[in-house]
Amino acid sequence: MSLLLESIRKSYREPGGRRIPVLGIERFEMKQGEQVALLGSSGGGKTTLLNIISGILTPDAGRVVVDGRDVAAMQEVVRDHFRAARIGIVFQTFNLLPAFTALENVLLGMSFSGKGVDKTFAKQLLERVGLGHRLNHSPQQMSVGEQQRVAVARSLANKPVLLLADEPTANVDPANQQLILDLIRDTCRDHNVTLLMVTHSLEVAGSFKRVEKLQDFNRPELCLQEQAT
Amino acid sequence: MNLLTIAWKSIRQRRLASSLTALSIGLGVMLMVLVLVIFGAVDSAFNQTSVGYDLIVGPKGSDLQLVLSAVYRMQPPIENLPYLFLEQMQKDPRVVSAVPLAFGDVTKEGSFPIVGTTTQYFENEYMPRRKFRIRGSRINGLFDTIIGSEVARENGWDQGSQFTIVHGGADSGHVHDEKFTVVAVLAPTGTANDRTVFLNLDGFYAIAGHGKPVNEIEKRLKDFYAADPERLVAALKQLEGVKAEEAAGSHDHHNHAHATPDAMKEISAILIKTDPDKPYLGVSLMSDLQTGYQAMAANPVRTIQRLMNGLIGNIQKALVALTAIIILVSGVGIFVSIYNSMSDRRREIGIMRALGAQRMHVFGIILAESALLCIGGGLLGWLTGHGIAIVASPWIVNQTGLLINPWALNVWEAVLFPVLVGLAVLVGFLPAMTAYRTNVADALSS
Repeated sequence: MSLLLESIRKSYREPGGRRIPVLGIERFEMKQGEQVALLGSSGGGKTTLLNIISGILTPDAGRVVVDGRDVAAMQEVVRDHFRAARIGIVFQTFNLLPAFTALENVLLGMSFSGKGVDKTFAKQLLERVGLGHRLNHSPQQMSVGEQQRVAVARSLANKPVLLLADEPTANVDPANQQLILDLIRDTCRDHNVTLLMVTHSLEVAGSFKRVEKLQDFNRPELCLQEQAT
Repeated sequence: MNLLTIAWKSIRQRRLASSLTALSIGLGVMLMVLVLVIFGAVDSAFNQTSVGYDLIVGPKGSDLQLVLSAVYRMQPPIENLPYLFLEQMQKDPRVVSAVPLAFGDVTKEGSFPIVGTTTQYFENEYMPRRKFRIRGSRINGLFDTIIGSEVARENGWDQGSQFTIVHGGADSGHVHDEKFTVVAVLAPTGTANDRTVFLNLDGFYAIAGHGKPVNEIEKRLKDFYAADPERLVAALKQLEGVKAEEAAGSHDHHNHAHATPDAMKEISAILIKTDPDKPYLGVSLMSDLQTGYQAMAANPVRTIQRLMNGLIGNIQKALVALTAIIILVSGVGIFVSIYNSMSDRRREIGIMRALGAQRMHVFGIILAESALLCIGGGLLGWLTGHGIAIVASPWIVNQTGLLINPWALNVWEAVLFPVLVGLAVLVGFLPAMTAYRTNVADALSS
């Protein structure tokens, strides 16, 4: 089992003190190397779910097991380190650092894992995504599609067991959408990386063997019921 | 990629703001270095090791002016002493060595002070355990001179060079007719001797216009020896011959070197060495001079210490404090610059945290940025300060007589960089805490 979510509860407190329930997931699991497209409406809790899986947020209750370890139970420092070493993230808005070149952005992804920086592997990753000739170019000098390819290379820099992709093709022009999608899926397949991709697009989701709708297994009202009891 | 590299990237991204803040620190440090270099030179020139004599004897007046004129050659002489008093000092059992100095004139080129003295001056140590090193021959002729290293360098003079001198300081305009010849050059000493032209005392008296009318000398002797009638009578007796010559109209007091009796001669100051094992002898001599003749003795070390601890020391402290405030204000500039950038960088911090950076990592990156700006700016200022000191040292020497060692390190400079690191931590702490507390999910969604 690569990813297991169990009895996850997450709610936010409004400024007035009222709690807004976001996630109530009894069980969700993915096998090692499995690729899942997660569909969901805007504001449905998709990004919150990815943040909880990656350890950026902690759930109010429940277990988040990645590669056999409960991320939610870890201390923050351990969780940060675990995220750096075992989880890759591809953001909708790429989130490359403008002061760094393509190569440096990938190296930055390696900097916090404790494994050390492997420049050769970083170059290989960029060559793999077709940017071997743009290693020293800054994000501003690249097209949107190229920036997202750098972000994909960065997410794989630490050889993660789990890749979380948050609508990675939403801001990419149609010509590059399929390219990016194939790149992420093929790379994950080649490295046996588990892929959970959040998307709005039915077309994108349609290419996945397993498609999950968040609303099918997310019952936010469970948060309120448990509070009441 | 370590934290310093990441911090450096961030600094480079904000080139203009970073350069300006580092520059402001650099300017503060540069000013402090210049203050320290200049006051270091003042301190070195005036500290006790630069004086090889225990007492300076001169006419009654300001002891500070006496020391500044006799040792540092920065002031004109107060007045003159009778030459006979030198002989009296040389015979005093408390005195190991008494060296006469006569001064007041300067060279026409460069306005370097002319000092008439005896060979004893060069045989004595000019500083404890340091003797003069002289390149050239001994003074034989009346107008032979030994020049200091700076005089030689600035005027381009060497053995055989000839020059003229101006009477009574550079502003008097009266150039003496005599031609003086350089016969030897002193090796650098780091003292006022480097900027002095030495002349045989007899030569000094032989310069036309250095003699005074016998009536004036007589009056001066009467004033000086008012409390010692016996010596006064002996002195006045020496003047009788000159008075008779003047009465006969045959005495030329503009050129009377050959037959001049000692009573007609005057000197500006006497440098005294006493027995180092009996320091109380110097105190006793000082005390005698306070009550007896129209003369006084100044302890150069104490006089200069008083000057250093009082006026100069306080000026130095005030200037160092002022430059420290400038550095502190520059530090506040760095704080404002980094702190203002934090809202723009919130997302960057969120990205790094999402990539696995711990809170302490982003805290460290901001502190490293602050440290790079403070220390980088400080290093730039330090080098610029010493660079300016190198370029300006000849001019400072020329204007003030202070010999500047542009690379001399002051103890405050050793403290400077640890202080800059402390300043970096201080000004970087609050922005670093802002980075530390950044909510990753909020920052990524912003």
